Amino acid sequence: MNNIVMQSKESYLEGFEHFEKDSLVNEPSWLRSIRRAAISRFSELGFPTIQDEDWRFTNVGPIVRTPFQLSQNGRVELDSRELERFTFSGLECSRLVFLNGRYSPELSSLRPRVDGLELDSLSHALRVKTDLLEDHLARYADFQRDAFLALNTAFMRDGAFVYVPKGTVLEEPIYLLFISSANASPTLTHPRNLILLEDNSQATIIEDYISLADDVYFSNSVTEVVVGQNSVLSHYKIERESKKAFNVSTIRFQQSRSSNVTFHSVLLGGALVRSNVHPVMAGEGSECIINGLFMPTGRQHMDNYMRVEHASPHCDSRQLYKGILDGRSHGVFHGRIIVHKNAQKTDAKQTNKNLLLSDEAQIDTKPQLEIYADDVKCTHGATIGQMDQNSIFYLRSRGISEDTSRALLLLAFASESLQRMKVEPIRRGLEEIVMQRFARGKPLDNVL
Amino acid sequence: MLKKPMLEIRNLHVKVNDQEILTGVDLIVNAGEVHSIMGPNGSGKSTLAQVLAGRDTYEVTEGEIIYQGKNLLEIKPEERACMGIFMAFQYPVEILGVTNTYLLRTALNAQRKFRGLEPMKPVEFAKLLKEKAKVVQMSDDLLQRSVNEGFSGGEKKRNEIFQMAVLEPTLAILDETDSGLDIDALKIVANGVNAMRGKERAFIVITHYQRVLNYIITDYVHVLVDGRIVKSGGKELALELESKGYTWVEEEDRTAIPANA
Repeated sequence: MNNIVMQSKESYLEGFEHFEKDSLVNEPSWLRSIRRAAISRFSELGFPTIQDEDWRFTNVGPIVRTPFQLSQNGRVELDSRELERFTFSGLECSRLVFLNGRYSPELSSLRPRVDGLELDSLSHALRVKTDLLEDHLARYADFQRDAFLALNTAFMRDGAFVYVPKGTVLEEPIYLLFISSANASPTLTHPRNLILLEDNSQATIIEDYISLADDVYFSNSVTEVVVGQNSVLSHYKIERESKKAFNVSTIRFQQSRSSNVTFHSVLLGGALVRSNVHPVMAGEGSECIINGLFMPTGRQHMDNYMRVEHASPHCDSRQLYKGILDGRSHGVFHGRIIVHKNAQKTDAKQTNKNLLLSDEAQIDTKPQLEIYADDVKCTHGATIGQMDQNSIFYLRSRGISEDTSRALLLLAFASESLQRMKVEPIRRGLEEIVMQRFARGKPLDNVL
Repeated sequence: MLKKPMLEIRNLHVKVNDQEILTGVDLIVNAGEVHSIMGPNGSGKSTLAQVLAGRDTYEVTEGEIIYQGKNLLEIKPEERACMGIFMAFQYPVEILGVTNTYLLRTALNAQRKFRGLEPMKPVEFAKLLKEKAKVVQMSDDLLQRSVNEGFSGGEKKRNEIFQMAVLEPTLAILDETDSGLDIDALKIVANGVNAMRGKERAFIVITHYQRVLNYIITDYVHVLVDGRIVKSGGKELALELESKGYTWVEEEDRTAIPANA
């Protein structure tokens, strides 16, 4: 099936037939039926258009029109030194690397074992842990609603599998690196991650998406995370792919009683990026904190789609999204909060603050509250502003150059989000990346 | 040979939104001197301060400003600061996410770099901050907070003097730093200024009220009316203004025969 080109709905359907025949030998039947259900749902849904309320501000035409080839085995010659410029210095952790969607044992490095902890590729786990995976895989991320999720579910092959046993507190983060590397023609990958935290456990996961070259490709990823009772998860997602990349992702958190999730999303790269964040607070007293920073420039398009579901009483959610938009970029913040009928004493707060650096940058921000319970506290707010000239002059009058003053103020704006990151090497690394971006290639006074 | 003045303002005309605010200001400031500029609301006091600091929303249509022998009007605000000019803002800006300490370290090191000095060592810098904070009674908490964020009016003004103390300018311009201060805060601000007086340094104290001059000993008082300095004198002029009000100078100015007539 090397030459199957995916373009338009029909070719994806055709592609699936080949994929199923050639690549999916010896698959468990439960998985095969999920795939079939997913592709048939995709066939019904087709690609979304801007007539769909959930896609009002994002036109996926460029994705539909680009002829993609499904990435094959991921065997690309790659020197681990090439990755150095992407590493976060001082970050001590186990690293799982995925090259064009497939696990690369050569590039991965696993730190000394913690009892019962599983760090594996999904493709391997599907062979050796099929019962556990059957219980969880594709049970949370609902492909009925979303064509891209359906495609991922139909075509998924590999990704990370993380299992944190009961009562285990992981000291070090787990770093998942997704690399797209050069290819002759535009490629398509469907990374699929499954992360299971048993009760009373604690973990930090970092998903990082990078490209080695300025290539056109499409990464359509899905991450399902199950957070057990009283467990604590910090989850980071960093998008810093090529400015020609398409990236659609869904992260779905299933939260049990008294669980605590902090999610950090940082969008820097990609031509067209859609980030779906979907926590469901299914257990009483759980908490979800979502922190986002998105910084499109040039002609980048970044769409943050939130679907925060309060499905039990006494749950708290906090969303803070900060956008810094430059050039002719387009940003979207669509913040949907759903409070189920039984979710009394919900406390939900949503904030989206944006800074427009150019006259041509555009932001659409849309809160959407659906409240079916009667004893809840839900607030939302959005602001759109520009750089404050008085502040710039104030800093300059103290001896700081105009470029540095500008960068300093932007970093200060971004900091409200960055400062909440507890993994210091990540926070510092991102601050540096962000600062470089603000410097626009000009030398700055030493500020970090 | 006569020593050159530190600052020389000649026939300065300044427009804002097509309205002429300064209509020919002349002023000479020498090192070691303290000049006070008084005047009624709208006379152009703050405009003069802002133009000296380099705010580009003001358009200089005529005249010149020579500072340390250089044409100041051609120099960027940050370079002016590096050359030793400091303005304490009448309305200090709040900057969320940038701490006071961070601002000062960045500013101080930018100024040191301009003067060909190495960045200050963190230990040395911490010592300097502590020492200067004592002068204006700034608490540690205020140093670590975002610049002016949630500060009271008095705290903001004290913060300006604190920044001045750390940056040790050659020419300090205080734009109504005394306005709205209670007597204790006023004394703290005045002490901050007095502690810095010296042979190599000059001050321009812009004020609406004479009261601050009870605490800052001034060498000269200038009265700015309608964008011009209409009267200059020693510190006794401030007392006279306090008792007679600005209308006295305005009327005197109107009936006076122009010098060049």
